[in-house]
Amino acid sequence: MNTQFYKRKERLNLFQKLFTKVDKTDLKNTQDSTPLMCPSCNTPISQYDLKVHLSVCPNCNFHFSLGVQERIAQLVDEKSFKELYRSAKSNKINDFPEYQKKIAKAQDSTGLQEAVTTGIAEINGKTVALAIMDARFIMGSMGQIVGEKITRLIEVADKKKYPLIILSASGGARMQEGILSLFQMSKTASALARFDEHGGLYISVLTHPTTGGVSASFAMLGDIIIAEPKALIGFAGRRVIEKTMNEQLPEAFQKSEFLLEKGFIDAIVHRKDLKTTLSNLILMHKVSS
Amino acid sequence: MTQKNSAWQRVLNARKTDRPKALDLIPYLFDEFFELSGDRAYGDDKAIVSGLAFFEGIPVTVLAQSKGRNLEENMACHFGMAHPEGYRKAMRLAKQAEKFNRPIVCIVDTAGAFPGKGAEERGQAEAIASSLKLFSSIKVPVITFVLSEGGSGGALALSVADRLYMLENAIYSILSPEGFASILWKDESRAQEAAELMECTAYDLYAKGIIDKIIMEPTEGFENNKSFVITAMKNEIRNDLSALRKLKTSTLLDQRYKKFRDIGVKI
Repeated sequence: MNTQFYKRKERLNLFQKLFTKVDKTDLKNTQDSTPLMCPSCNTPISQYDLKVHLSVCPNCNFHFSLGVQERIAQLVDEKSFKELYRSAKSNKINDFPEYQKKIAKAQDSTGLQEAVTTGIAEINGKTVALAIMDARFIMGSMGQIVGEKITRLIEVADKKKYPLIILSASGGARMQEGILSLFQMSKTASALARFDEHGGLYISVLTHPTTGGVSASFAMLGDIIIAEPKALIGFAGRRVIEKTMNEQLPEAFQKSEFLLEKGFIDAIVHRKDLKTTLSNLILMHKVSS
Repeated sequence: MTQKNSAWQRVLNARKTDRPKALDLIPYLFDEFFELSGDRAYGDDKAIVSGLAFFEGIPVTVLAQSKGRNLEENMACHFGMAHPEGYRKAMRLAKQAEKFNRPIVCIVDTAGAFPGKGAEERGQAEAIASSLKLFSSIKVPVITFVLSEGGSGGALALSVADRLYMLENAIYSILSPEGFASILWKDESRAQEAAELMECTAYDLYAKGIIDKIIMEPTEGFENNKSFVITAMKNEIRNDLSALRKLKTSTLLDQRYKKFRDIGVKI
């Protein structure tokens, strides 16, 4: 009874917060711009509609990729997010052709330093270690800095006994950093093994898209694995599989709903319910501060 | 150590059809190899050959990625590309090795995990992720040799080890040079160029501190003098077993954690 009430109240708050956030200038800007096409159902959606609906397609429920800033606004208590390792950058990490330019461009367009943002935040008053990946930053790919930031965050969660929440959005390991990117998979998985052994709670949230070396490492290792609706989740790329199999794959292949059916995730949770779900799950594990 | 061959030359060497495969080496490295099959959930994957054996009298668990030596074998083992059930078989036997306190010797030789419908349906990503996690904390010594091709996450799944070796002409990369060229320039035919850029040779990985040592190959070629390499591999296994079996479990695990924790830049 109490949880039900709490859930509804939380949902109401979230919507109120979002409506108040869309101020007049913002509204004007978004109304003027051209509508976006939903990549899932091809329906045009105005940017305003998208914003009001938490970047979820009102027609088919496809959850668009969210930027880190929007995600923080939706998910954690106001002003509670304290970023860790913000200054860690991949600039000058190697001299792979065009890589430095690519990083600078991603930094410019997203306002972020890297594809993952890590920090400590509160979710309904409970402290958590939180990592949020942003698919706009070089496909959310995992290079050495991404792997190191995630590993450091796992180690902090382990030491401080915070629940760990990672929202994945990634095409996989970062090609430009080669073999060192690949070994970030074993690094993050090793850190999670320790965290697990010490009794830490890790909730993995898979968002669109979570594939390759990220799905084959920390993203699939949650005590609880949640996915947003219709997110692309898998190991090998669709084109590669179609080429090997020499046949077309069904539309639903490698989508959240497919993974739920096959038994690889625990639940699909709509964005509007995510905060309440996470907060309840943390309560059920009694590991919060 | 010197590096005369180009990266592409090594890619070609690693892929030579007559280059020895895991099945060619197992009878010489070990005695009384007894194959154990199946993941107890779905099936048996011939891309990973596993079992029990003696190494100079010491019982060990062998987990070997296995490419075929002819078309028939390659059809059976999907050209050495494992499905989730292969990784789950390896995990099952790793836990068994832990239970009976048997060291584990792995051989890596794969272009990558199998990219297919069934592999995805049965959770390829989950199987690799779980392998990485399991091997990082398995309480017995793990020694891995990258024999020829170490491709992507599919190779990494058996690489979380206390000692990681590469043969001189083996390559280890985030994806195949062809795949790399295809993504980077949308042109698979530029694989050679990609190989030079990718830093995928044993010398590159040694320079980056990822592998412990390079197992040298004879000048006349691995395929023409197998015993040269087998002797070198046996020397490493002998020394490692002797050193690693003396360690306290907590020390063994701490050292393994540090080994993988320290790869790449720090912040």
